[in-house]
Amino acid sequence: MGVMDPSLAPPIPPGADQDAILRAVGDEITNRGFVIAKADKLFNWARSGSLWPMTFGLACCAVEMMHSAASRYDMDRYGMLFRPSPRQSDVMIVAGTLTNKMAPALRRVYDQMPEPRWVLSMGSCANGGGYYHYSYAVVRGCDRIVPVDVYVPGCPPTAEALIYGLLQLQKKIRRTATIARS
Amino acid sequence: MNENDLINEAGSTSESPLQLMADHLREIGQGIVLSSGIVHGEIELQVSAGAVAQLLLLVRDDRQAAFTQLIDLTAVDYPERKDRFDVVYQMLSMSSNMRLRIVATVSEGQTVPSVTGVFMAANWAEREVWDMFGIFFSGHPDLRRLLTDYGFEGHPLRKDFPLTGHVEVRYDDTQRRVINEPVHLVQEFRDFDFLSPWEGMHNELGGNAAKADPDKTAK
Repeated sequence: MGVMDPSLAPPIPPGADQDAILRAVGDEITNRGFVIAKADKLFNWARSGSLWPMTFGLACCAVEMMHSAASRYDMDRYGMLFRPSPRQSDVMIVAGTLTNKMAPALRRVYDQMPEPRWVLSMGSCANGGGYYHYSYAVVRGCDRIVPVDVYVPGCPPTAEALIYGLLQLQKKIRRTATIARS
Repeated sequence: MNENDLINEAGSTSESPLQLMADHLREIGQGIVLSSGIVHGEIELQVSAGAVAQLLLLVRDDRQAAFTQLIDLTAVDYPERKDRFDVVYQMLSMSSNMRLRIVATVSEGQTVPSVTGVFMAANWAEREVWDMFGIFFSGHPDLRRLLTDYGFEGHPLRKDFPLTGHVEVRYDDTQRRVINEPVHLVQEFRDFDFLSPWEGMHNELGGNAAKADPDKTAK
């Protein structure tokens, strides 16, 4: 796990080299009381390290979403905890079939989330209508309603696939420049 | 397969409890029941739409019949018929362990009296039938659409309703709300079900499935 910025060196794997750097950082803190880091890297580290997903389970995908949060895969390891309120969350997992009747509600919940916010579309139905693509009652992809960052394929995707999608989202957040320069 | 079915298939119908019940129901529903029979091992009564509530009250309050539960209320569309809809009431008698099907044939635009006064369970079921088939139930306390979107037009379970419907939704950035638009499909729906058992249940296999239904001709 590391920063995938090509302008930077690849992340240093665990070992003697990494230990030396960590020891140097520790010495720096004990001697001077502070270390210097890039602010946007720090923000991205903080944001990607505590993604709080909004629980938006719509269909059977929600069960896999629950599995990913339960003890076997345990999203809490990555600092991800489900929040029942959009105002406390910064990523929305659209897990399941989005119907026409639900679409305005989904958009409203998205609008209530504070910036910065991300959307993860989970499963075939949320990605493009899936099995219900030709139905009169189903939205053909939740990206017609909200902007989507990561698409997780599957019907339903496994809990592992969802975790993988969330890790991809973490990478995407680390890649973005938080502080805009003009 | 229970005992009743076996007796039925053997042909000695007069002694079977099911047949006795069917005779009893025809008796108490005299003048209302248009025809009766045993279809798929269950009693089926044909009734005119106007008399449905009356018949449901009769079979519910009769001590011997006691069909005290309305299991389901739905409709079937036969677009080729002049009176295109069948409204079907599925009943259960707990005391005699029997099921009863009451069928009323309804034409398009004809109203059916609501049975919510007889069975409260009919409330949402009638709303669903109104939503899906557009059959109007007179005397219903709150006949709104049940399942489809607010402002939806058409009745999806009618055979002449297109699968994909007429509108699709999208979020409009300038209006800042979810809007309805005419359907635009990149690719038309393609049907790959050549021998699907779900498509109309044609009995291609023959054998037992064909023989198991001797009642069908009796109707």
